[in-house]
Amino acid sequence: MAKIREKKVPMPEQPPEERIKNFKEVPLGYTPEMAMEEASRCLQCKPRKGKEFPPCVEGCPVNVDIPGFIKAIKEGRFDDAIRIIKDKNSLPAITGRVCPYENQCEGACTLGKKNEPVGIGRLERFAADYERTRGLIIPEKPTPNGKKVAIIGSGPAGLTAAADLAKKGYDVTVFEALHEAGGVLVYGIPEFRLPKEIVKAEVEYIRSLGVKIMTDVVVGKTVTLEELLKEYDAIFIGTGAGLPNFMNIPGENLNGIYSANEFLTRLNLMRAYDFPNYDTPIKVGERVAVIGGGNVAMDCARWARRLGKKVYIVYRRTEAEMPARKEEIERAKEEGVEFLLLTAPTRYIGNEKGWVKQMECIKFELGEPDASGRRRPVPIKGSEFIMDIDTVVVAIGQSPNPLVPQTTPRLKTTKWGTIEVDEELRTSLEKVWAGGDIVRGDSTVILAMGDGRKASLSIDKYLSGNDKTWRTVTQ
Amino acid sequence: MYRIVKKEDLAPNIKKFEIYAPLIAKKAKPGQFVMIRIDEKGERIPLTLVDASPEKGTITIAVLEAGKTTKKLNSMKEGDCIANVAGPLGIPAEIAHYGRVACVGGGVGIACIYPEVKAFKKAGNYVVSILGARTKEGLILKNEIKEFSDELYVATDDGSEGFHGFVHLLLKKLIEEGKKFDLVVAVGPVPMMKAVAGTTKPHGIKTIVSLNPIMVDGTGMCGSCRVEVGGKTKFACVDGPEFDAHQIDFDLLMIRNKRFVEEECLALNEYDKSCACQR
Ligand SMILES: Cc1cc2nc3c(=O)[nH]c(=O)nc-3n(C[C@H](O)[C@H](O)[C@H](O)COP(=O)(O)OP(=O)(O)OC[C@H]3O[C@@H](n4cnc5c(N)ncnc54)[C@H](O)[C@@H]3O)c2cc1C
Ligand SMILES: Cc1cc2nc3c(=O)[nH]c(=O)nc-3n(C[C@H](O)[C@H](O)[C@H](O)COP(=O)(O)OP(=O)(O)OC[C@H]3O[C@@H](n4cnc5c(N)ncnc54)[C@H](O)[C@@H]3O)c2cc1C
Ligand code: SF4
Ligand code: SF4
Ligand code: FES
Repeated sequence: MAKIREKKVPMPEQPPEERIKNFKEVPLGYTPEMAMEEASRCLQCKPRKGKEFPPCVEGCPVNVDIPGFIKAIKEGRFDDAIRIIKDKNSLPAITGRVCPYENQCEGACTLGKKNEPVGIGRLERFAADYERTRGLIIPEKPTPNGKKVAIIGSGPAGLTAAADLAKKGYDVTVFEALHEAGGVLVYGIPEFRLPKEIVKAEVEYIRSLGVKIMTDVVVGKTVTLEELLKEYDAIFIGTGAGLPNFMNIPGENLNGIYSANEFLTRLNLMRAYDFPNYDTPIKVGERVAVIGGGNVAMDCARWARRLGKKVYIVYRRTEAEMPARKEEIERAKEEGVEFLLLTAPTRYIGNEKGWVKQMECIKFELGEPDASGRRRPVPIKGSEFIMDIDTVVVAIGQSPNPLVPQTTPRLKTTKWGTIEVDEELRTSLEKVWAGGDIVRGDSTVILAMGDGRKASLSIDKYLSGNDKTWRTVTQ
Repeated sequence: MYRIVKKEDLAPNIKKFEIYAPLIAKKAKPGQFVMIRIDEKGERIPLTLVDASPEKGTITIAVLEAGKTTKKLNSMKEGDCIANVAGPLGIPAEIAHYGRVACVGGGVGIACIYPEVKAFKKAGNYVVSILGARTKEGLILKNEIKEFSDELYVATDDGSEGFHGFVHLLLKKLIEEGKKFDLVVAVGPVPMMKAVAGTTKPHGIKTIVSLNPIMVDGTGMCGSCRVEVGGKTKFACVDGPEFDAHQIDFDLLMIRNKRFVEEECLALNEYDKSCACQR
């Protein structure tokens, strides 16, 4: 047997000096030859003792049959590969780009013990792109079963639940508050990481399954959940974690200080990077500070670099504690983002016209581990310093979207504002399920999709009459 | 798509539209607004619900030309379609029996105060409507408002009709003449609302104003619309848009509303140029 390559087949990508001058995707994708070569690295592992799946499949939150689809790619059966993936994952072009696979499928890959793991994410992306460029295969429509399901929110959780239920013959309507479907995929994750054309194509695919998508409907305002309950046999809530957090420090309402959501929504959903061709403006100064160390912070920093600005990431712990994906941190560095670690702002100072011009920061050192196991940052007395800055993006996390719980008193929530569910994602309200960020706080695209799938199975079980018991969630 | 069923001129630069949006029409309450996006490249802008007819499935808005989007909207015709209309958003006005209520409208804010005049009257209040505009042409919907008002006063900056001067000075005069109010509600430009708040404060009259910060989503997701009320940050689109006038940091609101002036000018100039080319 030929020796296995130690490293993944390299993925062609735009060099940093090139890509910060455009808004296009950074990695360019495999050719069929590259994909087949990468696929040939896979060892086709069997499940370990006592496990149901091979290690990589165990690592994937939706248990995609990874050795199965990789074998198909190796043998050049690309249509089979995509069919195998879509059996478990209805949005592979998206997960193949944004999944934190290093902690999931690839993190568990046997090959990864000695060498680089198989490039599962890249292969998934290849199969999905291959299919999309040739026109999506639309499965035959099942016979309608006459039951109606409403989905609230068109993020990955809602879209997955919608697709799965439509395939089973349900009459599915998705209600979305914004004018475009996709949730964070369209308003949050930047064009250069996830081209909007791809999200559009996936949404079209879901429409082609017979799913109706009603945009401009703010549930709780335009219609209430209780009203929907009268019309639909079941409801899935996937409204996400859309409420931006601020630090509540002096000067935070000065001009030039954005929440990450505002910054990203203007740029992504409203296409402010193409102003005045698109009508929505954005104003970014020359020195930008992005507060936070997660994926959202990296996205904001990389956007600001593409607008030609000097950009700092300001984070109160060290790089090792950063919640962002390694790959994103590396990319941000390559693109010239500077990292100010063990640092956090304490107040903002404005000019006479009300625009931020400086930021006072304090330095930290790492102390004892906290509840999350990460070492707690402790401020160093007297270490305050002032730096010149004219734009700030606050990217310190989001809270659950409160609109639906606020207008649905019977729906139980936790003290963090997330919706309470049981192991099958049933809420305290009969016929109502919930999943994704509105349940988890904030998580990942694939976990939100996993929830969509889990809820669709439970909804089907409930509506097909086999199990009509509703155990309300316990606190 | 949302069809324009009817269009009417209220003043030279203010147009009234009736738009087919049945779901919103069913739910609309005084004090609420909609987010509108005219077309694929458009921005999302908030506009107050002036009226709604659940039977006809229509909502009514009144639009003052302020920049590119409102100018473009005002050039649209009956039968044209608007890409997106979402709502009704914001917390409805607290309509109750207060006793004597003054409804103060300034400029296009007169249209925004109209549904509240109606609702306060229906709730059994004694309603005194006080309208202000630059010139008499700007005193829009005067007859409609009169119909639901126990008393009506008007002011114009140029003195072409009614009281000569700003509307808050007219309110001040009425208060000083001995008129008692249990509640004052004011909608209009920020300086006007600030002045009304300043007028009622010494008299301890409860005063509500409707804030108009720059919005993007209108659903509490972005924080663009943040305002300071009683020293606390609030999102006007979900916590408001109506707040206790005596608690608001109006100066901050005025500064924040100037965030994109350069960009807005550029957009308007480009738009005017492109219109000129077509002519
Ligand atoms: C900038 C950014 C970058 C990220 N990067 C990654 C990444 O690289 N990899 C990864 O795995 N995860 C990433 N995440 C996290 C991931 O996007 C989320 O975990 C995931 O999108 C959650 O999906 P969801 O379906 O629960 O909700 P969302 O995607 O938030 O969608 C919720 C939808 O519901 C709509 N909605 C809300 N309220 C209502 C209402 N009342 N009525 C109607 N509709 C409503 C919203 O408008 C929205 O469209 C990122 C998140 C952000 C913000
Ligand atoms: C809750 C609310 C209700 C409103 N109701 C009405 C109404 O009934 N009738 C009416 O004519 N106007 C109303 N407005 C104001 C209206 O939204 C703005 O005039 C409009 O957005 C201006 O857009 P433009 O492109 O034409 O002008 P621009 O040239 O873009 O802006 C002119 C000025 O309008 C404000 N503005 C700009 N963009 C926005 C935005 N996205 N959101 C809010 N304000 C903005 C800014 O202060 C700006 O300086 C309301 C605003 C709010 C917040
Ligand atoms: S969905 Fe994500 S975790 Fe699962 S195989 Fe694909 S990339 Fe890996
Ligand atoms: S663990 Fe790695 S090598 Fe083994 S089957 Fe999965 S992808 Fe292939
Ligand atoms: S407009 Fe975005 S939060 Fe109010």
